[in-house]
Amino acid sequence: MSQILNLSHYWVFVLLLMIGFYAVLTRTNLVKKLLGLAIFQSAVFLLFISMGKIDGGTAPIILNDDWSQTFSSPLPQVLILTAIVVGISTLALGLAIVVRIKEAYGRIDDIDASSSEN
Amino acid sequence: MDSVHLPALQVVVPLLTAPIVAVLRDARLSWLAAVVTSVMTFVVSVYIVQHVLAGAVLSYQMGGWAAPYGIELRVDSLNALMLLVVSGASTLALLAGRQSLTLQIGEERLPLFMAAWLLALAGLVGILVSGDAFNIFVFMEISSLASYILISGGPDRRALPSVFKYLIAGTLGATFYLIGVGMVYMMTGTLNIADMEARLAGVGDTNVVFVAAGFITIGLALKAAIYPMHAWMPNAYTFAPNIVTAFIAACSTKVALYVLLRMDFFVFQKNLVDHESQFTYLLMPLALLGIVFGSVAAVFERNIKRILAFSSVAQIGYILLGASLISVSGFTAAVLHLFNHALAKSALFLAVAAMGLYFARLRLQVLRGAGRKMPWTFAAFVVAGLSLIGVPGTAGFVSKWALISAALESNLVVPLLVLILGSSLLAIVYIGRIVEHLWFGDATDKAVQIGEAPSWMLAMVWLAVAANIWFGLDSSLPMALAQQSAIDLLRQLP
Amino acid sequence: MSSEVSILLSLAIPLTGALLIALTGRWPNVRETITLLTAVALMLTVWQLFPEVMDGARPAVSLGQMMPGISIAFKVEPLGMLFAALASMLWLVNSVYSIGYMRGNGEKHQTRFYVCFAIALSATMGVAFAENLLTLFLCYEILTLSTYPLVSHKGDPATIRSARTYLGILLGTSIGLFLPAIIWTYQISGTLDFTVGGILTGKMSGPAVGLLLGLFAFGIGKAALMPVHRWLPAAMVAPTPVSALLHAVAVVKAGVFTVTKVIVYIFGVDFLFGQPSSSWLIPTACFTIIAASIVALHQINLKRMLAYSTISQLSYIVLAAAVLKPLAEIGAALHMVSHAFGKITLFFAAGAIYVASKKTELNQLRGIGHRMPWTMTAFTIGAISMIGVPPTAGFVSKWYILGGALQGQHYLVVFTLIASTVLNAAYFLPILYRAWLSKETDPNKLKHGEAPWPMLLALVTTATLTLAFFVYNQPVIDLESQLVGRSK
Repeated sequence: MSQILNLSHYWVFVLLLMIGFYAVLTRTNLVKKLLGLAIFQSAVFLLFISMGKIDGGTAPIILNDDWSQTFSSPLPQVLILTAIVVGISTLALGLAIVVRIKEAYGRIDDIDASSSEN
Repeated sequence: MDSVHLPALQVVVPLLTAPIVAVLRDARLSWLAAVVTSVMTFVVSVYIVQHVLAGAVLSYQMGGWAAPYGIELRVDSLNALMLLVVSGASTLALLAGRQSLTLQIGEERLPLFMAAWLLALAGLVGILVSGDAFNIFVFMEISSLASYILISGGPDRRALPSVFKYLIAGTLGATFYLIGVGMVYMMTGTLNIADMEARLAGVGDTNVVFVAAGFITIGLALKAAIYPMHAWMPNAYTFAPNIVTAFIAACSTKVALYVLLRMDFFVFQKNLVDHESQFTYLLMPLALLGIVFGSVAAVFERNIKRILAFSSVAQIGYILLGASLISVSGFTAAVLHLFNHALAKSALFLAVAAMGLYFARLRLQVLRGAGRKMPWTFAAFVVAGLSLIGVPGTAGFVSKWALISAALESNLVVPLLVLILGSSLLAIVYIGRIVEHLWFGDATDKAVQIGEAPSWMLAMVWLAVAANIWFGLDSSLPMALAQQSAIDLLRQLP
Repeated sequence: MSSEVSILLSLAIPLTGALLIALTGRWPNVRETITLLTAVALMLTVWQLFPEVMDGARPAVSLGQMMPGISIAFKVEPLGMLFAALASMLWLVNSVYSIGYMRGNGEKHQTRFYVCFAIALSATMGVAFAENLLTLFLCYEILTLSTYPLVSHKGDPATIRSARTYLGILLGTSIGLFLPAIIWTYQISGTLDFTVGGILTGKMSGPAVGLLLGLFAFGIGKAALMPVHRWLPAAMVAPTPVSALLHAVAVVKAGVFTVTKVIVYIFGVDFLFGQPSSSWLIPTACFTIIAASIVALHQINLKRMLAYSTISQLSYIVLAAAVLKPLAEIGAALHMVSHAFGKITLFFAAGAIYVASKKTELNQLRGIGHRMPWTMTAFTIGAISMIGVPPTAGFVSKWYILGGALQGQHYLVVFTLIASTVLNAAYFLPILYRAWLSKETDPNKLKHGEAPWPMLLALVTTATLTLAFFVYNQPVIDLESQLVGRSK
């Protein structure tokens, strides 16, 4: 039981990942699909950030040349900062495409391009 | 030029010119700037190839921070060859594409479009030069986001739902890859690919690494449009602006395949217990199914671009098949086919783009008789099609030869031969269908009025065709790089 | 001129010709002059290699590496010399004929026709002179592709269907069977060079030899061994000069030439002789000879009948090569020549009849001998040569093949030769009878005389060659004796 609790951040990761993935696959509304995608990505961000966390660790700022403290790893956070930017760009671009789909087709559900007019 | 900076220059040149191009107001000028940038990128990659051929492995420490802590750019034979493909395809497509771009994108949007093009180029070459798994992810997303813009930029509204699908698939793939990289990072504490390979040695039999390898492989397979994860690809290729298709089809899936090969062979193959079974029981069957499905689907398609797109599904299968034989000859064949198929598809889609100057829809019915009106474009298409089929004297033959040789060494000779050759025969059928419609079909009203493509564009199309013939008659350059990369990546095999 | 240069020139001259023809397409007279000049130049270039090869020299030239260890290389040896000399000579005759035919018939797209023809000839020279299998394969495929526009020349739906069969079978067999055979050979022996005595000796044995031979024999679809023969009747939709030169000489001979070369220089006669698993080739060839003759018997269209006759005659050559005896190998080479002379005459005659009278069916030919005496005399000589009666070329080659068969005590072969002679007579003699001895019955008969003079000139020339070869064949025999003298 304690092991399961200790791994709670993985459970959160898996749960969010599955929620997002489910939404991407099953929703026909394109905006909802995109939101699912965003949740999916956020789950991965959490995975990265949680792995850098060390019990009792603090922000890696060295004050007064004191190296004795425990620091959390800053690298995953930096990586995720980048990944968040990427995620936001993707979401923004995706929404922009949805806007254009709305303009072109007048609806925002799943459109099968190959079966419509040739 | 000092060879040390070449890998950095490769990315920096298009990355920095992109914003400049974006603020230009003149369509022609922006096109010119993009061409010049792309040519420069190409020249840099030629230099890189020269150095790599001489036996060097180029390594560049970003900001002077030493690897594995700093970000490393690293170029060996495999990525050198891919750099040539990517920058070459971009350059040819841009050079050939002014009329086509002006027609399909419009003058006022062209500067922004060209900026997106350069970003896509920067992203693709960035993936290739990176020696760092996370950097690869970032560049992958840069190139993908820019490609979404390129694909949806055309006049065909069906590009929009197609690109949306591509966006979902691409993001899922990249995120899967990121999960895998995160897990490997948990186990090894490094993101540098070379370092990762070394540090995995102790933990190669843990579940985390297994799962990580699975995530990475599946994620990249999705991006590389490996059957059955190809669903996004035919539509995206078909409805993209024609010149964009010529660029994207030649390299974007290939680059994802490159990352797949790099991770699976360089990082995992040696360290993971029984990693071969991933190829034997997963990737090889998928490759074979892809070959069959892609070829058969291509035979029944009616739009010339979709035919070629489904043919790409089959060709990706060839590449993957070569790699999943896990032998030096198989890997050589895979890399050769990466190169040669890019040559063939680039030439084919450029010829299609030339036809696209006159036809908004590229269905075979509409194109009937068009070949007679533009004989030189048509001839170029036919020769490139022969390269796709694998007729001797063209580049496609060399890689098919290599692939069959590798299959003969494997323990599955008969089924592999039947599939490879059978699919070549199907290629004759679908290229033959196009030829028959374009050449023998009764000219449609539209086809009666058209003439030959602009001579400059024609020259570029024929340049691509000439490359197909050149590398079919003298394969020493790609062969040398492919063999070297096979030896590099499979060095641990007996 | 050094012989290396001659080899390259014999490839380059037709290509240059093709280019010039394409550029001068607007002026038919200039274009046709260039065609003729190209043919003369090619013939002279090829023929001046003859004495040298006769003296035992084997000039060679290599152009760059296509793949590691395999170059694009050319080397003249007796069989190739003979084939190249034959094709280049008949191209000249055929060009004269083509001009008469294409103009007399008012065909469209004549420039394309001459361009593709020249390219096909260049590829034929490449096949003849290839030093290794890969170079040969390259030229073989170019030959297939360059003849496709010629076969589909007319462009109507029926023609396109036939052209599809043509291309499908030739490309399909070559990529599906011939290519794996080549790669397999390369994997086993590490080389693809045509070597006297073969390159496979001691490297493989058992059923695999038979299988490899099968891949070659059926993969080389141009040899038209049944059941991969269907492209040849399909190719008859082409204009007659194409059927005459390409589908009676260049393309089909490229097929049997390749088969012979594979047997002699890849397997090696002695090696193959010791491999029981390869013995299936003789019965298959015998079957093709008989079956194709019987099918020819049932044809009502002249050109299709000639096509089936070609299928049957090609298998003579395969059969002769497969007998694996010196006399028969010489017979194979001789038959390449004699069948070429005879069959091109027959096709020329068929084309002349078509141009003069638009007749294509056998039953329309009653009494035509009196209207077109020259044409039908030539036709008669060709037919007699096909049957193998002296004093024609066909007799000489059959004599040698028969000699080889007796040497090897292959009684099946002897029987087949006799049976096929009877069958040949059975489908040629009725035509001769009809042409010369029947009365014209056509109610609305067309007044017509002979075809245009260039066509007559061409067919009289080849008919004369058919007769002359009966007397004057020593150089060919001498040349080809080198082939067996060494490989034995």
